[in-house]
Amino acid sequence: MLEIEGLSKGFSGTAAQALFSSLALTLAQGECVAIMGESGVGKSTLLNCIAGLEPIDGGRMVLDGTDLAALDEDAWALLRRRKLGFVFQAFHVLPHLTLLQNVALPMWLLDVAGDEAETRAHEMLRRVGLGARAGDWPKHLSGGEMQRVAIARALVHCPSLVLCDEPTGNLDPERAREVLDLLLERIREAGAMGILVTHSVAAAARTDRVLRLSRDGLVEERDRA
Amino acid sequence: MNRALVHVFLASLLRRRLATALSLIAIALGVALGLAVQLIHSAALDEFGRGMRLLNGEADLQVVGPRGGFDDAVYVMLAQRPEVAQASPVLELEARLPGREGSLRIFGIDLFRVAQVAPVLMPIAMGDGNRAERFAALQSDALFLSAAARSELGIDPGDLLSVQVGTREIPLTIAGAVPGAGLGQALAVMDIAAAQQVFDRIGRLSRVDIRLARGAERDVWQQRLRALLPAGVEILPPEAAESRAAGLSRAYRVNLTMLAAIALVTGGFLVFSTQLLSVVRRRQEFAFLRALGLDRASLMRGLLAEGGMLGLVGAAIGVALAYAITALAFRLIGGDLGAGFFRGVVPEIHFRPGFSAIYLTLGMLAGVAGAWLPAREAGRMLPARALRSGDESEVFSVQAHWPAAVTCLAGAAALCLLPPIAGVPLFGYIAVALILAGAVLLLPDAARMAMTLFRHARPVLLRLAHARLAFAPGQIVVAGAGVVASVALAVSMAIMVSSFRGSVDEWLSQVLPAGLYVRASSSAATGYLGPEEVARIASLPGIASVQAVRYDTLRLSERFPMTLIARPVRDGTPLPLVSGTAGNAAVTTGDMRPVWISEAMADLLRLGVGDVLSLPLAGQDHAFRVAGIWRDYARQHGAAVIELDDYRELTGDLLTNDLGVHLSPVTATEAVMNAIRETLGERTIEISLPGEIRAVSLAIFDRTFLVTYLMQAVAVLIGLFGISTTFAALATSRRKEFGVLQHLGLLRREIGRLLGAEAALTAAVGVCVGMAAGAAISVVLVEIVNRQSFHWSMDMSLPIGLLSIFGASLILLAALAARLSGRQAMRRSAVLAVREDW
Repeated sequence: MLEIEGLSKGFSGTAAQALFSSLALTLAQGECVAIMGESGVGKSTLLNCIAGLEPIDGGRMVLDGTDLAALDEDAWALLRRRKLGFVFQAFHVLPHLTLLQNVALPMWLLDVAGDEAETRAHEMLRRVGLGARAGDWPKHLSGGEMQRVAIARALVHCPSLVLCDEPTGNLDPERAREVLDLLLERIREAGAMGILVTHSVAAAARTDRVLRLSRDGLVEERDRA
Repeated sequence: MNRALVHVFLASLLRRRLATALSLIAIALGVALGLAVQLIHSAALDEFGRGMRLLNGEADLQVVGPRGGFDDAVYVMLAQRPEVAQASPVLELEARLPGREGSLRIFGIDLFRVAQVAPVLMPIAMGDGNRAERFAALQSDALFLSAAARSELGIDPGDLLSVQVGTREIPLTIAGAVPGAGLGQALAVMDIAAAQQVFDRIGRLSRVDIRLARGAERDVWQQRLRALLPAGVEILPPEAAESRAAGLSRAYRVNLTMLAAIALVTGGFLVFSTQLLSVVRRRQEFAFLRALGLDRASLMRGLLAEGGMLGLVGAAIGVALAYAITALAFRLIGGDLGAGFFRGVVPEIHFRPGFSAIYLTLGMLAGVAGAWLPAREAGRMLPARALRSGDESEVFSVQAHWPAAVTCLAGAAALCLLPPIAGVPLFGYIAVALILAGAVLLLPDAARMAMTLFRHARPVLLRLAHARLAFAPGQIVVAGAGVVASVALAVSMAIMVSSFRGSVDEWLSQVLPAGLYVRASSSAATGYLGPEEVARIASLPGIASVQAVRYDTLRLSERFPMTLIARPVRDGTPLPLVSGTAGNAAVTTGDMRPVWISEAMADLLRLGVGDVLSLPLAGQDHAFRVAGIWRDYARQHGAAVIELDDYRELTGDLLTNDLGVHLSPVTATEAVMNAIRETLGERTIEISLPGEIRAVSLAIFDRTFLVTYLMQAVAVLIGLFGISTTFAALATSRRKEFGVLQHLGLLRREIGRLLGAEAALTAAVGVCVGMAAGAAISVVLVEIVNRQSFHWSMDMSLPIGLLSIFGASLILLAALAARLSGRQAMRRSAVLAVREDW
């Protein structure tokens, strides 16, 4: 479970010029929400704050009972390693690792035994439809395939929370729909929580809840409707 | 190149300050070392030559003989020849000065002749000019000192100066000066008859300076007069001594120049690394420029201009540095670079436009050569693909070059079979360059092989490092090429020096078998032991036996005077033979007297065991048969050993230079030394223990290689610069990758360790290939370069412990350098890093 209360973040760490303030968000286990909003409103920054990659100016965040505000840099890194998964707009699949290695990477970081890591990575690749291409290099993949690898990598280590920043932003509508289906299906299958930052109304509509981030805070869209 | 492109290309050098600074330093050091060697050596040679020319005066030809001199009848004969306008006899001596360090060079001259040929040697009496003083020069105890000699000895006219003859002290009176002697020329002049009398050289001359009659052609008369001279006496142009000094020191100078060249080549590799990485980082910029209409040739020219600018500026700094190093060297050590060829010569620094221009050009060429492959890579780039991100990894996916590498190595092996050119092992050096090229070409294959070893590595950082390097082995080539070159140089020199030092040590123990050594002076000076003195020493209590050695120089050709060593051999006294026999020499030499020649002599005269060698002794040629060839690390120009009994029988010379004293068992060495001093006097003899001689010899050896150690250190430093700049650039270009890894939970310090692991793996591959290349080069240095340069063979010795420590330290330093270099990239926020386009 993720609980956020009174979260504040200013430009370049300056609370005086608040990007957002007093945000509140609660995510139940297995729940997947979309966050929408205008460009520059702070959607990606919110994800980075939740991931501990950007410092917050105030507020409280608790993930599965862990108070995130009390963590130092190393503890944040270990938390990301164990409990978080990321899917980026630009895929960020490492070009010098094979698809299998890319997917196995989070488990390598968790010191999962070599065979088990590879078996699970292989299984994950199979689930995203790339089982037959486990030994390929990323440069041979299309954008859609690349994002499938990223989804497999984000979920292979069974994280509590998957943070997705415009995961379909670089894909054509058909590929975007396929990838989104796959992403949500796998997040739900894993029983993880998911936060999806997107500009796409269609994509957002596929999640459990849609939240809009604005200067006024984080507001649930369906309530408004 | 228009102004806009100047901003695109040359301004890029200013943006990447660290890489540019290190490249400039690398080129500057390579140029500075090479040019400084030339400046120091040429200035020393000039100063040496100036001194020689001054003393030789206006002589057209010089008649020279062995160190022991030749009969003055030769002078009488020459002076009567119509083609000889003036002949001036000279007796040149290195007089030992009892109770003082060093010796004094004394010229015994004919006052009535020397003014016509070498007026600078004319002495002037000090005083009020009365008749007695005008003829002071003819007095048997009158000695005239140059200003430099007077200053060195701290004595004035009227004072007495003792010179040593044998073991006797003879007082001479300082009667005046030699005003014509140049600055720094520490010498003395006395009447030749007086010198012959004082130094027991009645009827002997060292030299006759000749001025030919007007119109007489020098070359023609050199040949005609040579035919009139007795065996062992040679007629040479005065400049021969200068060219002999140049010839003797040339091999050493060429060796140092080659070392500096390798430092410069390593600098070129550094330019290659930084330029290639710069091209990788700027691929999208270049693709954009190409899309805007920049043609391929202009792109390449721009990148070559970057390399050329680096080379030119680096070389300009290097030239300035070279003059600074030269000035410092002259102030601290004089004109001698360590090998002792110009010891005591104090040259002056002069601007040498020729050398400076050559090294400026070489530096620029190193920069352009280093930029060539990156420029070609940029030229080949397809703009459409390069505009897409992620394409840069293709640059590092290098092709296998093993056929070219094998060709280089086979070529090197073939070149080792060729002889030297004018005494310079040119093909040996080309073989060294080919081995280096072959090693660098083998680097991609070595990298692939090395990566298979880490295929099953478990630690995540090692896995990631392995994956990166296996995917992009070119990264190892880019970062490791400089390491290969510098390690190969350092390892080859370490093996060569270790082999050389070990062999010299072993040689010293063979040539110093006695318990202690007694001499009246160095063999070149005027001290010696007579038969009675040897007998008195031999009869002292505690002495089991003594072994006399007599030295002389012989002129067997126009090249160099060779050393003759007369000593017992067949009695079993060890000789460090490499072929032939010592004890039963009579079997191999038949009815001829045996001679054992040094390796240098065997090489220079192309002689082998069983060949006949004619030695001029006491003015006559005598046939000897070569019974063996021995190692001689003391004389580069050749030496021959004959039996002392044979020498005495043929020359009648019973004097001794060195006396080896074998002590009876259970004898106190100190007591024997005191007894010898009491017998012969403390001031006129030198007694040395073999351990002392060994220590001094090894200290001289180490001093000789001091400059080479410095050059090795510079090359290794430049190699480390290569690792550092490469990983700094790689860390910057890979910050997105590091950003992703941080998202996935990698700690910042783990990314530092990842960079360190990659650098360590890269350095390990570079060190291994460099060590293999260094071992191969050391064989070329030992078997070809040293043999052809100095005619010295040696036993190979691998300093495994030292090399292991060196390799491990280099790998550690590389890892550290990479971590430090990558710190800047790791500071960058992971968020910002992944926001950039991949």
